[in-house]
Parts: sequence; structure tokens; C-alpha cells
Amino acid sequence: MKKLLLNSFYLMLFLGSTLVVCLALGIILWDIFSKGLPSLSWDFIVKFPLNGMTTGGVFPAIVGTVLLTLITTCFAVPFGIACAVYLNEYAKPSILTNTIRASIRNLAGIPSIIYGLFGLALFVKTLQLGTSLLSAGLTLGLLSLPYIITTTEEALKRISNSLREATLALGATQFETIKDVVLPKALPGILTGVILTLSRAAGETAPILFTGVAFYISGVPHSLHQEFMALPYHLYMLSTQHNAIEQVRPLAYSTAVVLILLVFILNMVAILIRIKYRTQD
Amino acid sequence: MKKSRRDLIDWIFKQAFKAAGLTAIALLGGIFFMLFYNSVSFFMHINPLDFFTGSQWDPDYHYSILPLILSTALVAVGSMIIAIPLGILTAAFLSELASKRLQIILKPLIEMLAAIPSVAIGFLGIVLIGPGIAKLFGIQNGLNALNGSVLLAIMALPTIITISEDAINAVPLSHREASLALGANRWQTLFRITIPAALPGLLAAVLLGLGRALGETMTVLMATGNAASIPHGFLDSIRTITATIAIEMGEVPYQTTHYFALFAIAAILFLISLLINMLGEYFANRLRKFHA
Repeated sequence: MKKLLLNSFYLMLFLGSTLVVCLALGIILWDIFSKGLPSLSWDFIVKFPLNGMTTGGVFPAIVGTVLLTLITTCFAVPFGIACAVYLNEYAKPSILTNTIRASIRNLAGIPSIIYGLFGLALFVKTLQLGTSLLSAGLTLGLLSLPYIITTTEEALKRISNSLREATLALGATQFETIKDVVLPKALPGILTGVILTLSRAAGETAPILFTGVAFYISGVPHSLHQEFMALPYHLYMLSTQHNAIEQVRPLAYSTAVVLILLVFILNMVAILIRIKYRTQD
Repeated sequence: MKKSRRDLIDWIFKQAFKAAGLTAIALLGGIFFMLFYNSVSFFMHINPLDFFTGSQWDPDYHYSILPLILSTALVAVGSMIIAIPLGILTAAFLSELASKRLQIILKPLIEMLAAIPSVAIGFLGIVLIGPGIAKLFGIQNGLNALNGSVLLAIMALPTIITISEDAINAVPLSHREASLALGANRWQTLFRITIPAALPGLLAAVLLGLGRALGETMTVLMATGNAASIPHGFLDSIRTITATIAIEMGEVPYQTTHYFALFAIAAILFLISLLINMLGEYFANRLRKFHA
């Protein structure tokens, strides 16, 4: 009897913890979606904010987030992949290689707000890029680098060595091997990592606070040197800084829905690529 | 002639890839230099002793990091009190007790939790957790350290669960079989064999989760009430290092003492998170060696 009691107590403990974790996710999604979906409409997505943000939509914030993520991609993806290729294809175990790996691990642990400060000091002030789409995109790019490097290296590691050896034996140079065989084969894995990283970057707020995001601009940015609106920052301002907070709460909820949906869609794409790639092998 | 051109291209790209690898070091070095350089400018104006021992963060008059560090520590410790038991128990459930089918359902849920942007979780702190806390404790304002701790726990959970689960999975099956063969039941095996064997990995999980909680900006900025004074308990409003930088950097004039002060507190935060991450790495490596 005592044994049975103890058994069910332990089971409850473990199952209970797991349920609490799932419940947390459930409550977050339920609260945001149940209150955000009713005021979400097509107009909300394609319209500009109106009447001091109390009505209208989030179109410029969506455009800003998309443009920002594009700049981050253009900067961080080539750099990150090149770094991963060096680590996995060229680098031999040495002090230099270990230092590079240690740097990457530590970069991944640095708080995002410190990347914001670095972006401010380097891009905005020292390189005179000003608070702009470009500065913010580059800052987010730096933040994303360690993740892209790590996931790309994982993808490269999964390519079997016999493939490289066969190509080299046929007389290809190492660069040709990488360009024509290794990278194409690792592409789905790399893509999964890149998309997951970008979905994180798209939801980041702290690094863009002082590097270019604006509460309101009229129109959408048409040059890299303009300030921009972004979904996460828009949600932050609507929920804390707006002078009619209670009145704009439904808008804040809907903005949260759009932001979460955007991130989830990116995640979904990454997972689909991963599943397709796994079954292919 | 054709061959030498191919070799040249090969050589050029090798150097290019190497240069990309070196940027990782340059980036870390650059961040370190930026923080260090601006902090030195700060300590030329302000006595380091006042900075570490004073009790007020009141820009232009008093620059003491103490209330900010205590706030950061309080909210991080609170989040760990919630997240460590929940995270490790969930990880143990996932790897030891759950069926394959249940695992396939639960793992994506945890990935989903990790994917939710921090600003959305902070928003939830304002609209849901805050009023809840206010009602529960009969206080005016639910934006306090407790609120931040709950939210940071939610954010640290996916990290803790994922790494803990890997650590528990890495314990060789033979350990468990030996224990069961000696007559220990399932729980004795779990508590006395599997979890102790996975301990370095669990420590790594906790430290990396803690690192995430310490460095988080938006949730604590939105949900903890922003009061830069020394906190006395979980129901006090607080202001962490990250939130202070986020609030004040936007308004401060370039290269004033206040501007440099924000880099100085960022430098302290940088050192703390570096230390915690390195400790986490150390334990993760010990686990790898242990099982090699």
C-alpha cells in the first residue's frame, strides 16, 4: 500500500511538472489569441496606424520587421556560413581554432542589450550610420552570427567524409569540393538553422532600441538610412508608453498575435524543411 | 596555366573563410574593448568605491550599481527557484517516463515556448500575471520582482529542459540496468543513479538557463515596475541592469558621465554572464569527458 502511494506520488510529481510547463504555454497562447484574434482583421495588417495609434493597423511595423530581417540575413548568413565552413572544413585543432570556438560560445551568451550598446557605439556613432535600418540590421546580424555558425557547423558535420574524399580524389580542389558538393548537400540543414535564427532575430527588441527603431514614422522606409517601425517595439510601446493604454489594449493584443504568428510561421517552415530532409536521408 | 588559376581561387577562398573565422574573435574582442574603453571613461569621473558600495542609482548625482545588481540577482534567483525543479522534473519525465508518442507531442510544445518573443511574454506580465499578483497579495501594483521571476522562469524553462534532457539521455543504459538488476525500483534508480550521474549536465543546464534570465531585457523592463532602489522582497518593484540600460540609453546625451555609466553597468553584466556561461561550459565538458 505504501509502495503504491509512493509510486503514484512520484508519478504525479513528474507528470505535474510537465503539465505545469505545458499549461504555461497554453495560458500564454490562449490569453493572447482569445483577446487578440477578435480585433485582428485584414485591415489591421494592411493599414497604417491612425489617430495617434488608437485605430488603424500595423502595416509599417510589419514592413519594418521584414526589411530588418532581410538586412540581418544579407549580413549574417554569408559571414556565418563562411565561419562555419572554416571551422569544419579547414581548421585543424590548434590554439587559434579553440579560441574561435570559445569566442563563438561566449558570443551566444552575451545579453542582447549589450549587442544593442555595441551597435550604438560601432554602427551609429563610430561608423556614422546614424539610427537607421542599416545600423539595426547589422546589430541584429552580429547577434545572430553565433547561432548561424553553430547550426551550420552541425549541418556540415552530418555530411559524411567519404563524399569529400571521393570529390578530392577526382581532382577537385578543396574549394570546389565545398562549393559543389558539401554546401549543396548540407543546404537543407543550414536553411533550417538560418530560418530558426531569423525567427529569433525578428522577435528581438533590445538590440534595436538605440540603433534605429522608431515609435512612429509616416510611410514605409524607402532607404537604408531611415528609421523604421518594428512589430516587437510597436507592442512594447503600445503596452507601456502609449498615453491611452487601456484604449489601445485590443490593438496591443492583435499586434502580439501578428508577431507570434510571424515567428511561428518561420519556425514551421524550418521544421518542414527538417522533416523533408530527414526522410530524404 | 588553368590549374594554377584553380589553385589561386582555392587559396583565395581558404583565406576568406579563415578571415570569417577570425571575425568571431574580433567581434568578442570588439565588444570587450567597447565596454572596457567606455567604463574607463566613467571611472575617471566616478570613484569605483562609490559605484560598488553606494545605495542609490540617481543619474547625474549618484551612480551606484548596487540596487541594480541586487534587483537583477533577486529576479534571477526567483526565476531559478521556479524553473529548476520544474525544468529538471519535466526533463526527467520526458526522457525516462514518457512514451515515444508523448515525446513527439511534448518536444515541439517546448520548442514553441522557446520561440515566443520576449516582448510578448513581457506583455503577458502586464496584462495577466501583474493583475493576478495584485489580486492574490492584495497590493496595488503587480509589477514587481515576483512577476519578473515568473516570466523569466517561463523563458529559462526551454533551455533548462532541453539541456537537462540531453544530460539524462547521455547516462549509459547499463547504469540503469545494473541498478534495476540489483533490485532497486524505478524511482530509486532515477533518484540515486540516473540523476546523480547526469548532475554535471544538469548544472550546465541550470547555469545556461540562469545566463538567459540574467541577460533578458524586455520582460523585466515591462513587468517589474522600474524602481531603481534596493529591493526588500519579491513584492517590491525593481529595476535590473538590462532594464536600466534600455530605459536610459535612449535619452542620455552622447559621451556624458551618465552615458559612460550605462556602459560601466553593461560591463559588469557582461562579466557576470561571461562567468556563468564559462562555468556552464565547464560542466557540460565534464559531462562529455565523463561519458567518453
